[in-house]
Order: sequence, then C-alpha cells, then structure tokens
Amino acid sequence: MQSEQQHITIYTSEPSLSNPRKMWQEMLRDLFASRELAWRLTVRDLSAQYRQTFLGFLWAIILPLANTLVWIFLSRSGVINISETPLPYPVYVFTGTMLWAILMDALNAPLQIVTASKSMLAKINFPREALVISGVYQVTINALIKVTLLLMALLAMGIYPNWSALLFPVALFSLILVGTVIGLSLTPVGLLYTDVGKATPLLMHFLMYITPVVFAMPKEGFSATLFRCNPLTPLILTARDWLTGLTPMHLSYFMVVNAIAIVLLFLFWIVFRLAMPILIERIGS
Amino acid sequence: MGETLIKVEGLSKKFCRSLKKSMWYGMQDIGSELLGKRQGSDGVLRADEFWATKNINFELKRGECLGLIGHNGAGKTTLLRMLNGLIKPDQGRIEMRGKVGALIALGAGFNPILTGRENIYVNAAVLGMTKQYVDTKIDEIIEYAEIQDFINAPVQTYSSGMNVRLGFAIAAILIEPDILFLDEVLAVGDMNFAIKCLNTVRRITNKSAVVFVSHNMQQISWFCTRVMVIDHGTMVLDSPNPSVGIDRYYGLSKHDQQISGKGEAQIYGVEMIVDNQNVGEVEPAIPHGTEICLRLKVHISDKRTGAIIHVNITDEAMNPIVCMPLHNTIGKLNKFPAGLLDVQMSIGKVELRSGKYYIMVAVMDSKSNELLTRVQGISPFRIISDRVHWGKVVRHIVPHRIVALKPTI
Repeated sequence: MQSEQQHITIYTSEPSLSNPRKMWQEMLRDLFASRELAWRLTVRDLSAQYRQTFLGFLWAIILPLANTLVWIFLSRSGVINISETPLPYPVYVFTGTMLWAILMDALNAPLQIVTASKSMLAKINFPREALVISGVYQVTINALIKVTLLLMALLAMGIYPNWSALLFPVALFSLILVGTVIGLSLTPVGLLYTDVGKATPLLMHFLMYITPVVFAMPKEGFSATLFRCNPLTPLILTARDWLTGLTPMHLSYFMVVNAIAIVLLFLFWIVFRLAMPILIERIGS
Repeated sequence: MGETLIKVEGLSKKFCRSLKKSMWYGMQDIGSELLGKRQGSDGVLRADEFWATKNINFELKRGECLGLIGHNGAGKTTLLRMLNGLIKPDQGRIEMRGKVGALIALGAGFNPILTGRENIYVNAAVLGMTKQYVDTKIDEIIEYAEIQDFINAPVQTYSSGMNVRLGFAIAAILIEPDILFLDEVLAVGDMNFAIKCLNTVRRITNKSAVVFVSHNMQQISWFCTRVMVIDHGTMVLDSPNPSVGIDRYYGLSKHDQQISGKGEAQIYGVEMIVDNQNVGEVEPAIPHGTEICLRLKVHISDKRTGAIIHVNITDEAMNPIVCMPLHNTIGKLNKFPAGLLDVQMSIGKVELRSGKYYIMVAVMDSKSNELLTRVQGISPFRIISDRVHWGKVVRHIVPHRIVALKPTI
C-alpha cells in the first residue's frame, strides 16, 4: 500500500519515444497489468457468444465445411480444373480452409475487439494491451475447437496423423502470431478509417487464391513465383503437412516468416500504444 | 488539508471541428509521435482547429474538492479526460501522486447477456481489480445495489435504474482512490438511491483530492471546497469560495426569453426597484434579504373583458421557485382591465439562496382561464450571499427565547 501511495503519474505533451527507457517500463507494466482483464474479457465474450447460439461451437466448423463443399463441387463438376494435390482433394481443401479460417480469425480480432470497445476506451483508463491479448485468447480457444473438429474429420476421412502432428501446435501458434501481427498493424488506421475494415476481407480473399488453401502449389510460371513468395504459403503448408503426416518443404521460409513476425509484433505494439491516445481523442465516445 | 496530489501546469488541448480533417490530422499526429516529435506543442493551430482547453493551471491537495463548472463545450470534460490519461495534452504537464480512480463511465464493459454477478467481475477487472479482491467485496456490492433477487439474471433484463445502481455500486465500493474524478454521475437511480450515492461520494471525497464536473450547482456547492469556472477552454476564475464561482458561472450564461400563449397580451418589461431606486443594470446582483419592488408594464387586448396575472420567480433551469398570483385587497385574484397597464407591487424580502433567477409573467383570461401570454426568462437577477445553502429558500432565524436547561439524568 505504501508504495502505491508514492506512485506518481505524469502526463505531458512529450512524445513517449523521447524517453525509451520509461516507455519500455510502462509497456511491461501494462502488459503485466493486462493479464486479469484480458482473461476476464475473454470469459465475457466467449460465454456471451456461446450462450446466444443453439449450435454453439459447431459454428466453428460450419463455415469452413460449407466452403469445402463448394470447392469439392467446383472441382468434381469440372467448372474449375485443380491440379493434383498431395492429399485427397477433400482433405486438402478442408484442412486448408480450416487453417485459413484460424488465420483470418486472428487477423480480424484486434481491430474488431478494439472497435467494439470504443466507448470503454474513450472513458476509462485501462491497459489497452488487454484488448489485443483478449483477442489472442479468444482466437486460440476457438482455434483449439476447430483443430479438434478437424482432427476428428481427418480420422473419419482415413488420414492418420503421425508423430509430426506433435509439431502442429508450433504451426498453429505461428498462424495466430502472423494473423495478430497483420491485424495489429491495421488497427490504428482501421480505427479512424472504416475503409480498412471493409477492404481487408476483399484483400484477404484475393490472398487466399495465391496461398495453397484450395489450390495446390503451381509447379511453374508466374503464379508459382507468387505462391512461393507469399509469406502465408509456408504457414499454411507447414501446418497442413505436420497435421497430416507429410514432410514440410518450406521449413526455412517458415522460420524466417516467424522471426520477422516476432520483430514486427514488437514494433506494432509500440505503434499501437503511441497511437491509442491520439485515436481516442479523434473517435470521441 | 494534506499533501498536494495534483499539479497541473499550462495544460492545453486542441480539437478539430471538421471530422475529415480531424481524421487526417490524427494520422499526421501518429506519424510525428512515431518519429518522436509531437506536433502541436509549438502552439500552432492547423486549419479548423481550436483550443478546447488553453493554459489551465491548478494544484489540488488531499481533502480538497475542485468543482469544474462551465457551459456545454467549455472544455471541462476534455480537461477531465486529460487528467484521467485518456488523451494526451498538446501542451503542459500533469503530475499526480497516488492511486487515481474515476466515477465516470458506470458499468463499463457490461455485457447484456451475462448475469449481474458475472458483470461485476468484468467491470471490476476493467477498473483494475483482481478477482480475489472482488470476491471479498461482492456481497457488499450486491447489497448496496439492492438487486439481490436479480443478481443471477442477465443484465439485459434489468431496468435502467438497476443497471446504473449496479454500476455505481461496483465502482463506489471497490475504488479507494487518492485522486477521484467525478463527472455528473451523482444523480443515480431514484431519490433514495441518489441520497445514498451522495453520502458514499462524500465519504470518498473526504479522503482524497477530487475533481468534480457538474451542472448541478446544488451538488457543486455541497461538495466543493473550490470552484473553477471554465469558458471557451480558458480558466475564468478559480475561487476558494464556491458561491463566488457559481455566481460567476451564472454571469456567463446568456438568457433568452420564451414566449407562449395566444398572444393577446404583451409584457413590455419588468423593472426591479430597490430602495425606491430603479435597478438599471442588465443583471443586477442583489444581496440576500433585500426588499424588492417590481414594476410591470403589460398590455391586455381589448377583446378581453378581464385578465388575471401571475408573477413567478424561476431558477436558472426555469423551475418555478416563488409563485405570486396578484390579488386584490379582499383576498381574491385581481381582475385587470384591458389596455396598457403599469402595475407596481412589493414582493417583500427575497429570501432565496444565492444563484441566478428570472421573472416569469403569465396573463390569463379571468373567465375562461385561457393563456393570453406567458413570458419566461424576463429580468434575470442574481442573489448574492456569503454562503451557499442547501435549501432554495434561506431565512435567517433569530430565536426569541434561549434558556439554558440543567441536564436531566
């Protein structure tokens, strides 16, 4: 109690970056202070979400399943011609869409949860990190549900994962990591300009077609280069390969993407912190 | 009086009138913040910008309560938001010692689907409280909010009163701040609960340094040890005497007359006469207890055979405080003839508490009671006294008999 009596708060017009040491201390302090709140918000959002549905967690699988059925129909009917996939096509497309859905959840979470908390942000001083962390928690829990359902579906389709499935959590972690990093980078601008929130699904839909989600990796040509350069490609491929017992082919790129993502996460965290007070004064309450 | 807990120096904040520009400036500000140089601290305004608060200075000690008063848009809430760390100052500095608490957004983070009990934990977490701490206080909160029977029902089934009671109970019971910010949250729930709130807030305010924003001058005079009047972002007055501050605040307000009725009578003016002298000022300051005469010029349409007149004194919110129907010597409502009349009357001692008041005149047909005219907001005047009292009417009483009694055991 005594130490709290002595606690001194100072607000000035000085940019936080002019005192990096102090900023770093505050970042760690707020991160630490976020734990309880982040978890509480997670419990709040998830219980409210599941209390209001009849089908409950089945929704985690209904959309990817519908998507899969569309693609199976398209390929069987010959509307589109899909080159040979290393797995039976239904398995390939189903795992692909499930993993992609997890990535999308992680990508959308930061902007979504911060936007939903606008009025709270405008009125109450609480560690803003808690919102992003709560988003990560929620995405992770929903992802675990998805993975469980996916595993059951794989077994039903006759695909038996081997020891490499033990590495799958690493791939899952990096999907959520990269998704969160992209989402966090969009949040400051997205909070001001709703264009960001509207354009994101469009862009991501396009990105999906140059990632081996429903299509196999092209062997040659321009599209092969596009697929190969796309940083999301190694994430989806490695996750799918580890889950289904294939040998991942893009492990080094996978590691590079993750390393960059960790650095970017840190940078965008700083941007998020610095932008927040400016955004709050612009969005009002 | 304890140690200084809040120190504010040269605090300024600018806002932008245009939404599009505001968004764009926001992007620029983020850019310059990232480059480590904040725009705006040089005091230059960009197009469409204005100072929402400008050069505010004050210090506040433990046990003091500073009332911030001013009209809507004067910059009170902006100042409070800077103090609360929600937005960054463009100029100046805030230094605060100790735990900061706020009774501002009650029930923040409530999810309507969840039960009252679950929402207590959510709201408490937003306020920075741990679950263990809330566990020890939860019964007290539920009892305080008076919602024992509904605590396990979803909050969306609550009435708005229950909602706000729960929100207030959580914040008021959990926070133990050294510095407290209050923004118009005291009138919560029904009458009984509002009184309970006021008492709770008083208990908290005694131990901390408080900044209180309100339009309710009664609450300001009740709580505050100091009053700061803000107008267009600048500090107009900082006074240790709340009644001086409140008087100044009323002086800032513009008055406009409201006229209703059939328009078959006109009020040409109400003059105030003190000691046989016409009070010529626009908004006279009259000491409490002064004898006042009114001189009313009224025209009643020839279409009417007779009219009755009511004169009222209203407060700044146009609530009637004193009703004065004009009678004749035999105790009946006086019947005024048609035409232009000059009516003079003594209204006796004004025993109103300090504040701003208006005259309201209503003229009605004596038979049909039709409203010929009613004019609100005439002749604003201020009553001044050295103290602000709780009641609307303040009568100084001198006991006519005081006898010391022997104590009986």
